[in-house]
Amino acid sequence: MNAYLGVDIGSISTKGVIIDENNNILAEKYLWTEGNPINAVRNLLDGLKLQLNDDIKVKAVGTTGSARKLVGAILNAQVVKNEITAHAIGTLSLYPDVRTILEIGGQDSKIIILDDGIVADYAMNTLCAAGTGSFLSSQAKRLGVEVEEFGVHALKSKNPTKIAARCTVFAESDLVHKAQIGHKKEDIIAGLCKAVASNYLNNVGKGKKIKAPIVFQGGVSKNIGVTKAFEEAIGEQVIVDKYGHLMGGLGIAIFAKNQGREGEFDFNIKDMVFETKGQECDKCPNNCEIISVYRNGVLIDFWGNRCDNGALI
Amino acid sequence: MQIENKVTFPRLGNYHIPISTFVEKTLNAKVCVSPAITKRTIELGTKHSPDFVCVPFKYNIGNYIEALENGANILIQAGGGCRFGYYGEVQEEILKSLGYEFKFFNINDRKFKPLRYYELLKKINSKLTFRKFMYYFYLIYKQIFAIDKIEDYIRKNIGFEINKGDFENVEKRFLVELKKTEKIRDVNNIFTKYITLLKKIPINKPKNCLKVGIVGELYVLIEPFSNYFIEKEMASYGIEVQRYINISYLFFSRKHKKSRTLKLAKPYLQYDIGADGVDSVAHSKELAKKGFDGIIHIKPFGCMPEINCMPILQRLSQDYKIPILYFSFDSQTSETGVKTRLEAFYDMLSMRKNLNSPLAPL
Repeated sequence: MNAYLGVDIGSISTKGVIIDENNNILAEKYLWTEGNPINAVRNLLDGLKLQLNDDIKVKAVGTTGSARKLVGAILNAQVVKNEITAHAIGTLSLYPDVRTILEIGGQDSKIIILDDGIVADYAMNTLCAAGTGSFLSSQAKRLGVEVEEFGVHALKSKNPTKIAARCTVFAESDLVHKAQIGHKKEDIIAGLCKAVASNYLNNVGKGKKIKAPIVFQGGVSKNIGVTKAFEEAIGEQVIVDKYGHLMGGLGIAIFAKNQGREGEFDFNIKDMVFETKGQECDKCPNNCEIISVYRNGVLIDFWGNRCDNGALI
Repeated sequence: MQIENKVTFPRLGNYHIPISTFVEKTLNAKVCVSPAITKRTIELGTKHSPDFVCVPFKYNIGNYIEALENGANILIQAGGGCRFGYYGEVQEEILKSLGYEFKFFNINDRKFKPLRYYELLKKINSKLTFRKFMYYFYLIYKQIFAIDKIEDYIRKNIGFEINKGDFENVEKRFLVELKKTEKIRDVNNIFTKYITLLKKIPINKPKNCLKVGIVGELYVLIEPFSNYFIEKEMASYGIEVQRYINISYLFFSRKHKKSRTLKLAKPYLQYDIGADGVDSVAHSKELAKKGFDGIIHIKPFGCMPEINCMPILQRLSQDYKIPILYFSFDSQTSETGVKTRLEAFYDMLSMRKNLNSPLAPL
C-alpha cells in the first residue's frame, strides 16, 4: 500500500504523520525536539515504523516547521514548505468549512483566516515570543506544575489573577510579584492562560475578523485553560481536535501526496550518520554563515550563502 | 599642505551614481563612495548607534565610518520628514566623538528646493556658475530617471526570465556605463540602449501572473540590503513586483501639495500622518483598485509614520479583500522569518488565484 510521510519539526516538539491515499492517518508520533532535530527525527522514524504493517511503502515525504530545511535534506523530501500553508491544508482536510485557525506553537503563533476553503489572510507573531508554548512551559517550571496539567489547574480557579503578559520579561516579574503577595497558584495559572489568549488576540489577531467555525491547534491547544479563555474572549465555540498538535505534519503529508513527484524512501535512514557543519564564508565582508549537511561524510546540501561565491558544490 | 577634499554620503540603492556625478562636476571635488553595504556595515552602524533608533540611521553610520576609513573628509546628509530630520546632527556628534575629522553638511529639507542647493554648493565651490549647476542638475535628473525606469522594468519581469541571471547582467553593465556619462546626450543614448537590451531578454510571463505591490518607508524600500533583498525573493516565486517609491517619485513627481495625495487616500485619511504614511495608504488603495493580488508593507522597526498607517491599511485590506503582509526591519531581523512569511504569502496568493493545483488538494 502507498503511504506518505509528513514531518513537522518545531522548536519544542517534533511531529510525524503517515497517511494513506485517502488521508487516513496510519501512524503518528509526537516527541520533544530537545534542540537536536536530527536525533528527534531519528527517534520519530523509529516510533512511526513500529506502528506500520510491512506492506506499506512511503512514496513521498514532506517537511515543515522551523527545521524543515535541514530535515528535508536528510529525508530527501519532495516538499519543504512553511508551516502556515501546512497547517491550513491539514486543518482543511478535517474541517472543510473552517473560517479561522488559531495556532500557538512552541516559539511562534499564527492566525489563519479562510474563505471558502482558501487562505484569505494570515498573520504570524513578530519579534516577541510572549504567549507561546515555550513561555508557558518556563512559567510552569517556575510554579512547580507540569505544563500538561496547566489547564486542569486553571479550571479550578474562580478568580483569575490579572497578569501583564504583553512581554515575556514583564509577565514573569509580574507573575513572581503576584505569587509573593499571596495570590493562589490556580488563580495565577488561570490568569496566565487568560493573558496568553488576550495577548494573542491583541497581537497576532489584531485587525482580523474572527469568524466561526474556529479551530484552535498547536501544542498550546492541549491546554484547556487557554481554550476556555479564547471562548470567553471571542464569544464563540472553539474546536480543539484530538489531532490538533499534528495538523502541520498532516498538512505537509497531504501536500507531499498531491504534488505528484515520488521518490524512494527507506526507514534505514536512521542508521546513517548525519553531520552538520557551520562555517563563515570569508570571501567578502558579508561573512555569510554557511551550513552544510553531510551524509556518511558526503556533502549532500548547503545553504546560507547570499551569492555564488559561497557555493560549496 | 592642503588636504584634498573627499566627499561621501550614505548609500541608497544605486543612487550613489547620480550623486557622485553631481558632486564631482559641481564641486570639483573627489567623491569617496562608501563601499557597498555588507554585514560589516550594519555591525559598525549598530555598535555606534542608539539601540532604539530606526535602522536607516544605523546603515548611515556604518556607511560614514567605512567611507571615513577610506579617507573621506566631507560628509553629506539629507532627508527629513520624520525624526530622520534630526539624524544629521546626532550622526555628526557620534562620528566626532569617535575621533574622526571631517566637515558635515546637512541638507535637511522636506521640500525640494534646487535654488537652496545652489547657494550651498557655491559656499564650497565659489566658481560654480548657475548655468553649470543647472546643466548638471538636469543631467543627474536624467540619470535618476534612467535608473528608475530600468529598475521598474526589471522588477516587473525578472521573475520570468528564462535564462537565470540575464537581467542582472544587463543591469550591471548599465550601471557601469551610466557611471561614465558626462553629457545629457550620453545618458539618453545609454538609457535607450539598455532598455532595448532588457526588452530583448527572453521571458516566459503568463498573462495572469501574480502581481504584488510593495509600499512603506522609503529607505527600506530602496536599499535592497536593508530589506533582505525582498524584491528579488518575491521575483524568484514568479511574481511581478510594483513599487511607486523611488527618487524620481520622491523628488520630482510626487504631488508636493499634501492635499492631492490626501485626496487619493480618501476616504481613509483626513489628515497628514507624517513622512510617507499618506503615500503608503494612497498607493495601497491604487493597487487594490487596479486588482493586484497582494500588498507588502515594509518599514524600519519603530517607524512612527508607517505604524500610523497600518490600522488604516488593515481596514483597506478588508474593504478591498486584498491581503497585506507587514514587515518590520531592524539590525536583528531574522532572515529565515522573512522567508517563511514570504513563502506563505506566495502560497496564499496562488491558492486564491488557483494557479497551483497541488496547493488546492481538496
